[in-house]
Amino acid sequence: MDIFIDQFFNIDIMRQSLPLMMSGLWMTLKLCSAVILLGLIGGLFVALGNMSERRWLRWISIAYTDLFRALPPLVLLIFIYAGLPFAGVNISPFYAVVIAFLLNNSSYYAEVYRAGLISVAKGQWEAAQSTGLSTVQTLAHVVLPQAIRNVLPDLLSNTVEVVKLTSLASVISLSELLYNAGMARSVTYNASPLVLAALIYLVLLWPLVRLVSHFQRRLAA
Amino acid sequence: MDRFLETFLNPVVMAQYTPDIIAGIWVTLQIAAAVIVAGILAGLALACLRSYGVKTLNFFIICYADIFRALPPLVVILILYFGFPSIGIQLSGPMVLFLVLAATLAAFAEEIFWAGFSSVEKGQWEAGIATGLGFTRTLTYVALPQAVRLAIPPLVNRVLAITKMTALGSAIGVSEILSSATTAQSFSGSATPLTMSVAAYLVIFLPMVVFARWLESRTAWKKR
Repeated sequence: MDIFIDQFFNIDIMRQSLPLMMSGLWMTLKLCSAVILLGLIGGLFVALGNMSERRWLRWISIAYTDLFRALPPLVLLIFIYAGLPFAGVNISPFYAVVIAFLLNNSSYYAEVYRAGLISVAKGQWEAAQSTGLSTVQTLAHVVLPQAIRNVLPDLLSNTVEVVKLTSLASVISLSELLYNAGMARSVTYNASPLVLAALIYLVLLWPLVRLVSHFQRRLAA
Repeated sequence: MDRFLETFLNPVVMAQYTPDIIAGIWVTLQIAAAVIVAGILAGLALACLRSYGVKTLNFFIICYADIFRALPPLVVILILYFGFPSIGIQLSGPMVLFLVLAATLAAFAEEIFWAGFSSVEKGQWEAGIATGLGFTRTLTYVALPQAVRLAIPPLVNRVLAITKMTALGSAIGVSEILSSATTAQSFSGSATPLTMSVAAYLVIFLPMVVFARWLESRTAWKKR
């Protein structure tokens, strides 16, 4: 038991690694805000393309979502980070992560938005447009608020996935939370920094996971 | 354009590394199959246990499901792979990958099946018990079939997301598709193996994505 505590919950080592972990956390938060914000916006456009009356636009957006939902995000990330330099395109790790996860997330968010947009009755569109609102106004003031409210739990649970996803950035040596924890582990030969990273992820995400469950229960009831 | 083809779709490199990539596909498929079976069964078992309503037990089940839904799998993988040997538990890379992904899938599957159980009306439970079926048989014959049917579309999506995570094995030296490709890339000095890995993943997962979409559209129709 002692050796277990010493190896996984070593307070001294956790305290020593804390500054490194905090700078990693800061990078993780920066990544999250970039990827979540861009993903939410990009996903909306993809979803609108999916609902379009123009067939080619529908096809493009379906192909986009299926393609990027079929590829593991880590594969996308490695392809962009390690593959594109062969074509003379050099991308910094931070932007490689943002681009790879944007492609991945926007397709997941798009599917969520699409479910939301479908859930709004067609009569709402017709009523809004017959009162003289333009398409954009109808969307912004009438349809989207209802659509988003209907799929809020899914948007939230997808966002939890995005935060978890940013840990993959450690694979290409971007010094975010998990990468820094791994560094601290290899210097101290002790897994406590990794456990500390796990605890930080739990503090960030447990409340959100609870909230998702709460929403789902309310919808089911 | 020629240079592009030479870099990303070089036929010589392709021919040379095809066996490696195919070996990687095999590893990915084996681990994925094991994860799917173990994860879904464990999740279903947990959801069934939870429906008995034992307070302390449910507390642990809920904590487990919450923790494994909140933790990034890669963190748990690194703790098991790099941390456990120092307390005398040596697990192979594929074993770590299997355990972590199955545990993650079990947590999500538990929540999905539980949502299915919760949606079965109280009257059906009462009716089942009143006809003398008893709780366990009401659970198996009345609640379970309905819960499973409700669970299938979200479960397929989750299974898809988690089996794609077998690519994380490349971080701990499991020779699945991605790590065969990155090894081949560094030996050949060409990006072609990466393109091959992308193609391999598309061949495996694109049909699943299309199937999930079809499944969803079917259930969406039924609701109307």
